[in-house]
Amino acid sequence: MSDTGAAVAFEWTKIRTLRSTVWSLALFSAASVVVALLFGYVMRGTYADLDAAAQARFDPVASGFSGMKLGMIALVVFGVLTVSSEYSTGSIRSSLAAVPRRGVFYAAKLLTGTATALVVSAVVVTLSFFAAQTMLGSPASVSLSDDGVLRALIGGVLYMTLICAFSMGLASVLRSSALTMGILVPLFFMISTILNSIPGVQKVAQFLPDLAGSLILRSKEPHGDGVLTAWTGMAVLAAWAVLAVAAGYFAMRRRDA
Amino acid sequence: MIEVQKLTKRYGETLAVDGLSFQVRPGRVTGFLGPNGAGKSTTMRAMIGLDRPSSGQVLIDGKRYEQIAQPLRKVGALLEAKALHGGRTAYGHLLGLARSNRIPPSRVGEVLETVGLSATAKKRAGGFSLGMAQRLGVAAALLGDPEVLLFDEPVNGLDPEGILWIRELMKKLAGEGRTVFVSSHLMSEMALTAEHLIVIGQGRLLADTTVEDFIARNSRSYIHIRTPEPERMRDVLAGDGIRTEKGPEGVLEALGTTLETVGKLASKHQVTVYEISPRTASLEEAFMQLTADAVDFRADLEVR
Repeated sequence: MSDTGAAVAFEWTKIRTLRSTVWSLALFSAASVVVALLFGYVMRGTYADLDAAAQARFDPVASGFSGMKLGMIALVVFGVLTVSSEYSTGSIRSSLAAVPRRGVFYAAKLLTGTATALVVSAVVVTLSFFAAQTMLGSPASVSLSDDGVLRALIGGVLYMTLICAFSMGLASVLRSSALTMGILVPLFFMISTILNSIPGVQKVAQFLPDLAGSLILRSKEPHGDGVLTAWTGMAVLAAWAVLAVAAGYFAMRRRDA
Repeated sequence: MIEVQKLTKRYGETLAVDGLSFQVRPGRVTGFLGPNGAGKSTTMRAMIGLDRPSSGQVLIDGKRYEQIAQPLRKVGALLEAKALHGGRTAYGHLLGLARSNRIPPSRVGEVLETVGLSATAKKRAGGFSLGMAQRLGVAAALLGDPEVLLFDEPVNGLDPEGILWIRELMKKLAGEGRTVFVSSHLMSEMALTAEHLIVIGQGRLLADTTVEDFIARNSRSYIHIRTPEPERMRDVLAGDGIRTEKGPEGVLEALGTTLETVGKLASKHQVTVYEISPRTASLEEAFMQLTADAVDFRADLEVR
């Protein structure tokens, strides 16, 4: 297994020696936390004006993560670029000459990319949560020990990590940044939202990777006719990620570089 | 030592390499010659496992490339200069490669020095000229101090000084007992650097010989005869046992004879001639002759 360790060191060096990957992670963090701060600040003023029903529906945890759902674009860019830029630049040929065993190469790339996403997401989720709650102030805010809050935080980290893994797997199949982003951006930021707001389609739409996984981002049960819960939704996202990663593995094994 | 064993590579309908077998021995520069599209790059890509052979295999000291632990320490390859991310610095690119094969990072500075890129080590490779990128590619190949070196068209994009440098480098590496395998589509380039030649056309082996032998066998000398009576001239020469071939534009080419003999025969039989002169086909022509069929066939295929 020593060569896998070296392959991971290789992938990590590739990540940190590129401005585009470093910047996409910085953007993910900044966008998430800044929007969480802004959001908390705005809601602090309007919370008192809401009626009781609206106050009851208000989910401070989910709302505090709204910045992260925007910053997610940058994390998806990070995941896609770590894979597809190898193909668009031709560096894949140097990389595979250095690590010719495709399975080792792919495992190292996925492992390094998702581990990086996991660590950065853990920081971003924590910062976003405390930023939003601090700005919200009482009585709107919640604390870590409240019902469903810790679950939402852990879920948020898993969600971001799995979305990144899903993106990397898809990029390994498609090999093109433009094509992969052309599918993922509309999927995550338009199609899901649109389909999810059409009553009949919602039953199916909730199984889309980002919608299923994002159920865990709230501390209160969602309204609507969804059949998925926080953890079954997470399982659905995990299944999507496993599928994409497996497809990427077969593409990597079978095709010439 | 590199052993190519019945290597075949098919891309859809196209047969790029067709049952190719040869060996590359250490201690000398072996040239890999063939016209564009002959299958040189495909063969070299198969050597380091970038392309999966449709059948056959390539062994390097008895192992397939994927089976070699830390392959950069065994085989260094420059297959294309731009096999790198333009956003990375020369140093960053080499550092990653070093880490992947547990090569000490100090080695990065050494190879950058060797190829003359120390001053631009911290510059991003995207701004490099083709010549600089080629040098960086050579640095990557030398990184693991490998016994086997593969260079695909290394002189491409280099200035005259760079070309001289890479020729000397390849000879020096071979002199140290390494296996050096270098491809080119220019015979003249090979004549200057290589000792041994592998010539392919249309994915098949055409020659596996020393450069000296190849030149002796393929550089053809003949007497060029321009005459309004080519049939009569040919009969006259044939009567004296001299073989002729038809050259371009009705010209006759007499083989294995001298200028004097042809002149005397023409005078004796009163054949009008406009020009008689000795000619030697250049090495480049010899190579074109050898690969002509392969090239024709390929052009045909592309038209279809």
